Amino acid sequence: MLEKALTGSRRYFGLVAILLAVIAAGVLAYLFQLSHGLQVTGLGRDVPWGLYIAQFTFMVGVAASAVMVVLPYYLHDYKAFGKLAILGEFLAIPSVICCMLFVFVDMGQPMRVANLFLHPTPRSVMFWDIMVLSGYLLLNIVISRVTFTAERRGLPAPRWIRPIILLSIPWAVSIHTVTAFLYSGLAARPFWMTAILAPRFLASAFASGPSLLILLCMLVRRTTRFDPGREAIQKLGEIVAYAMATNVFFVLLEIFTALYSDIPEHLHHFRYLYLGIEGKTALVPWMWTSSALAVLALFLLLIPRARKSDRGLTLAAVAVLGSLWIDKGLGMVVTGFVPSPLGHVQEYWPTLLEGTIAVGVYAVGGLLLTVLYRVATSVREELQA
Amino acid sequence: MDETRRGFLRAAGFTLLGASCASSLGACARALAGDPDPEALQAKRWAMIVDLPRCLQKEGCRACIDACHRAHNVPALPDPRREVKWLWKEPYEHAFAVEEREAEYGSAALKGKHVLVLCNHCDNPPCVRVCPTGATWKRPDGVVMMDEHRCIGCRYCVVGCPYGSRSFNWQDPRPFVQQVNEEFPTRTRGVVEKCNFCVDRLARGLMPACVEACRQVGPAAIGFGDLGDERSALAGTLRSRFSIRRKPHLGTSPQVFYIV
Repeated sequence: MLEKALTGSRRYFGLVAILLAVIAAGVLAYLFQLSHGLQVTGLGRDVPWGLYIAQFTFMVGVAASAVMVVLPYYLHDYKAFGKLAILGEFLAIPSVICCMLFVFVDMGQPMRVANLFLHPTPRSVMFWDIMVLSGYLLLNIVISRVTFTAERRGLPAPRWIRPIILLSIPWAVSIHTVTAFLYSGLAARPFWMTAILAPRFLASAFASGPSLLILLCMLVRRTTRFDPGREAIQKLGEIVAYAMATNVFFVLLEIFTALYSDIPEHLHHFRYLYLGIEGKTALVPWMWTSSALAVLALFLLLIPRARKSDRGLTLAAVAVLGSLWIDKGLGMVVTGFVPSPLGHVQEYWPTLLEGTIAVGVYAVGGLLLTVLYRVATSVREELQA
Repeated sequence: MDETRRGFLRAAGFTLLGASCASSLGACARALAGDPDPEALQAKRWAMIVDLPRCLQKEGCRACIDACHRAHNVPALPDPRREVKWLWKEPYEHAFAVEEREAEYGSAALKGKHVLVLCNHCDNPPCVRVCPTGATWKRPDGVVMMDEHRCIGCRYCVVGCPYGSRSFNWQDPRPFVQQVNEEFPTRTRGVVEKCNFCVDRLARGLMPACVEACRQVGPAAIGFGDLGDERSALAGTLRSRFSIRRKPHLGTSPQVFYIV
């Protein structure tokens, strides 16, 4: 089946070439980081995690969001998602791989990565996160392969795969819950130590992942003869509307608790995010942009006429993705460190090199996605013909 | 190939391999047998007291810090954002996370005063809980240890420590160690390190470097002893004097006490 990836239009190979070039730049930048240490990043004593770990967190959400397609299709037998399920699973696989790479490039001693398996430590949430992420990757590879092979041969999927598909539903929830637990179980960081972090992560995941899927579907529809179907795309829009509204609601709950209780150690972080402290305001314009995009997205999603037009839905999906990427991929991780437990207000901004490595990791995911989508769409075109 | 030459090379190779195995086995055996120095200092629970009024008598004194950093090959890095520190001073309100108005009035006498801070060797250490490889652990005598050879540099412990007591090596520290102490290892880049309560010195029957250095420069402001032994001088001091700990409400139970 994978041989389909070796054929394609010039545009397809052009995209592959561009992605390979970006990956090459990322690899070169990473080799520099490897030989000079993490001093080449913008990180330091007070902000020990930054762009990489934030992207990891964001991509866990995108990976988990496949469940928003799998659940209606397999559990509720919602037929319109029949053509979409494979696209959701093929989005989850590169996303999990991106997650793993983002953690890897963040390590100070990457050649010792095997210590995670040689000395497994179940009291650490990181141990469980590695377990659930690798399990999720395996589940998606097996499920997509088995169901898609059967479909290609015009056969129903074997019966034994159904319990595995059902298992993948709570498993998807688990990957983002455990990722939230990485943060929310730390007494040292009041900004993250909130029980709503896991539900908030899930809500934002179920908004951002399906938004990305909407955009990918629009792209697939325009560039190939395979059409995932208007009804399916519209249903994704509804899912995004619910999830985004829930996410904004959760954020407001957090802000209320911090503002009304008026406890300084909680308040400081929100002040840093939206107003800045001691003249340090690197994130402020971003966070207000994120808020504005969230409002725009909700406006487009909640008005049926806007959501039902392709242009309105595309714009809404872009706004949701932008808003949530800023929120999770920029604000969430760094703000936990500002101010630090010692009251230091040290700002962080990624270096160019760090950015190149992160873009390189995304390009690896992009390449994998391109190849998988090429396979999926060409098989579908064949079946349609 | 000449048969005898091959035989000779093979024999030589095996001999070398055997010899190196034997010598490393011997070293392992010695290390495992680990006959403790009969002079070694032992305790049920090591703890430290910092007598702040005494310490503050000598503002700007760095005797303990210098002794500590010399003894443990702690690099002197120029960029304060990427420093490695085992023992250092923080303004009182930062060290104890004192709320602004409280710092203004309630504890005005200490505001801005530089307080000695280090790893608290918590009884319930969050860093140990979060480490994914067991590279940091608590010894039975309470010292929170760090294995810089197992550490993968994920910095989860740095994130989990509520006291900012852990330092990551953002770069190769060795060029910045001014005078290498051959009796203590240096570190590589990409690993986390911190105060080890001078277990290396305790094992040789010596008190921690900071305690000794402080005693030499004048009224001893740092006490060190066994919290698990009621008759120890440290336990006696804690019974008779009012002391505080950093962020006790987090339940980490720091084993560094401050007399104010």
